[in-house]
Amino acid sequence: MAHAAVVSRVYGMMAEFDSPEALIKAAQQTRLEGYRRFDCYTPFPIHGLTDAMGVREAKVPWTVFICGLIGAMFGFGLQVYTSTIDYPLNVGGRDLISWPYFIPITFECMVLFTAFGAFIGMLAYNGLPAPYHPVFNVPQFARSSVDRFFLCIEARDPKFDPERTRAFLQSLNPISISEVEE
Amino acid sequence: MQEAIRAGTVQEPPLFEGEQTYERITAQIGDIPFEKHPIGWTVMFGLGFTGTTLLVFALCMLLLWGVGIWGVNQPVGWGFDIINFVWWIGIGHAGTLISAILLLLRQGWRMSINRFAEAMTIFAVMCAGLFPAVHTGRPWVDYWLLPIPNWLAVWPQFRSPLEWDVFAVSTYFTVSVLFWYMGLIPDLAAVRDRAKSHLAKVISGILSWGWRNSAVHWMRFESAYLLLAGLSTPLVLSVHSVVSLDFAISIVPGWHVTIFPPYFVAGAIYSGFAMVLTLVIPFRILYPKLREYITMHHIDMMAKVMLATGLIVFYGYMMEAFFGFYSANMFEKYMITNRMFGPYWPVYWALIFCNGVVPQLLWFRKVRHHLWLLFIISLIVNVGMWLERFVIVVVSLHRDFTPSGWGMYGPTIWDVATYVGTIGFFVMMMFLFARFVPMLAMAELKDLWYRLYGHGGGHNGHAKTEAPAPTRTGGGV
Repeated sequence: MAHAAVVSRVYGMMAEFDSPEALIKAAQQTRLEGYRRFDCYTPFPIHGLTDAMGVREAKVPWTVFICGLIGAMFGFGLQVYTSTIDYPLNVGGRDLISWPYFIPITFECMVLFTAFGAFIGMLAYNGLPAPYHPVFNVPQFARSSVDRFFLCIEARDPKFDPERTRAFLQSLNPISISEVEE
Repeated sequence: MQEAIRAGTVQEPPLFEGEQTYERITAQIGDIPFEKHPIGWTVMFGLGFTGTTLLVFALCMLLLWGVGIWGVNQPVGWGFDIINFVWWIGIGHAGTLISAILLLLRQGWRMSINRFAEAMTIFAVMCAGLFPAVHTGRPWVDYWLLPIPNWLAVWPQFRSPLEWDVFAVSTYFTVSVLFWYMGLIPDLAAVRDRAKSHLAKVISGILSWGWRNSAVHWMRFESAYLLLAGLSTPLVLSVHSVVSLDFAISIVPGWHVTIFPPYFVAGAIYSGFAMVLTLVIPFRILYPKLREYITMHHIDMMAKVMLATGLIVFYGYMMEAFFGFYSANMFEKYMITNRMFGPYWPVYWALIFCNGVVPQLLWFRKVRHHLWLLFIISLIVNVGMWLERFVIVVVSLHRDFTPSGWGMYGPTIWDVATYVGTIGFFVMMMFLFARFVPMLAMAELKDLWYRLYGHGGGHNGHAKTEAPAPTRTGGGV
């Protein structure tokens, strides 16, 4: 690891933009330049930004889908188990598995599980809670939740080089460039 | 007309008032928790707090003496408790409608009221859940309602709508809280970035889980948010349908009707929108800066939804009357005659007046733009929806099949105290929410602002009147 000393000190190089369009363009450029380890920071979700960054994943929907399946099976299974195996109650010879009556609870269990899947899944894939993150060391970054749009190329990107990355970011016409300390 | 809409010459009224920037949106809403609260806030919070103490007192009395202190008895075993339960949970449904269904329908005007309405949902469901929990008579064994393996070796009756209610309402509450809180995370992060005091920084920092506005995080957030919306939509319909099945599965005249689920859902949304208006109009007075985001256009849209659902509800009333006679069933026919001309006739006609006659005023644009009139109408609708539940619950029960079992029902002071107490609790919670949490969804408002006006190189989101609006025709600013 030739860069070990650098990696431990610098998290990345951050550029600040003042409009979503400028940021999307910058993200495209960064990707074309060959950088892969970089992230954008925006005050609200910007459509097309992750496409420009080349990020594509569907982990959350899949998690939600699987949670829904588990929830529905749990709800239905609970009712079938209790009314056939654990405590079968013969009421005038009626069906023990009266499945139409089990639908509402099956449905509610499915929704409950998916909701937890969506919420916890979103946080977990995002690595939250994150009590500390280097990007907050940049003073201007406080405006990432207000009106500024940031792009940060991380030092762990193989193409990262303090001088050249700074020069590249400069070519994108940002408002400011700052080094992010670890 | 179609051509004109496509050409963009017909413009929708603006969804924002005044010159906005991202900075302004954040400052206006995000600073409310740090500002000194208006005097009206103290007054309303005080009233709400007084009501809450009344509620606590009434509940203590109930625990001491049992449900005998209420007016319920044979033949009316469901009184204020179930009326209030259905009323409150119905109010909650508008919040989910606004936050989930209007999101899926891509209605831009939902963005400035969804946070508010979702908070209303949560507090209304809290009030609703209280009633069935305490009406069991022995609330300390309410856990029997849950499928917990126990030494009695019995399980809840999964074929009963009352048990479905337990699952439906608890799921609804949990999902509403998750949905609301998830939407809050980025906004709490924005509050964290603005906080001056250390304490505020720490609290908002913890509650926002270290959110850092990463684009990849936003992508997963949006996907989870949309999925939650998609799941809440059938959920909210299921909840009030299940509530209506509590009645419809029985054979009591006036309850045993197939129209109940859709009719209940429409009534729920109707009363919920009335409650949103009842809250939004005073909050706009208390916090004048909200007027920039909750414009007259928003109020107009809510009034229209109220009118539409009100008409569905009124259609339900007419159908009930029609089928009462058309069924040629002695008991059904008597039920509807008894509603109209029996001992509770003033309640029925007051209901028709509140929910059938008064909302017709909303056809007029002048009425929809007259805040005080609208406020009074929304109050009348709230009352009307409460009366509807009274008519359904009490008037059906008090005279059913055999005249020897007939009786009358009236609330006691403890019924009234509990009901008024929940209203106090609701008011207190709403005002606490307004004080400490960003009242409007800042990130979503900024997103909406960007989509409407921000394109074309507008720096910092300054409006460019010639900017094309991709999702809908944007009004000039």
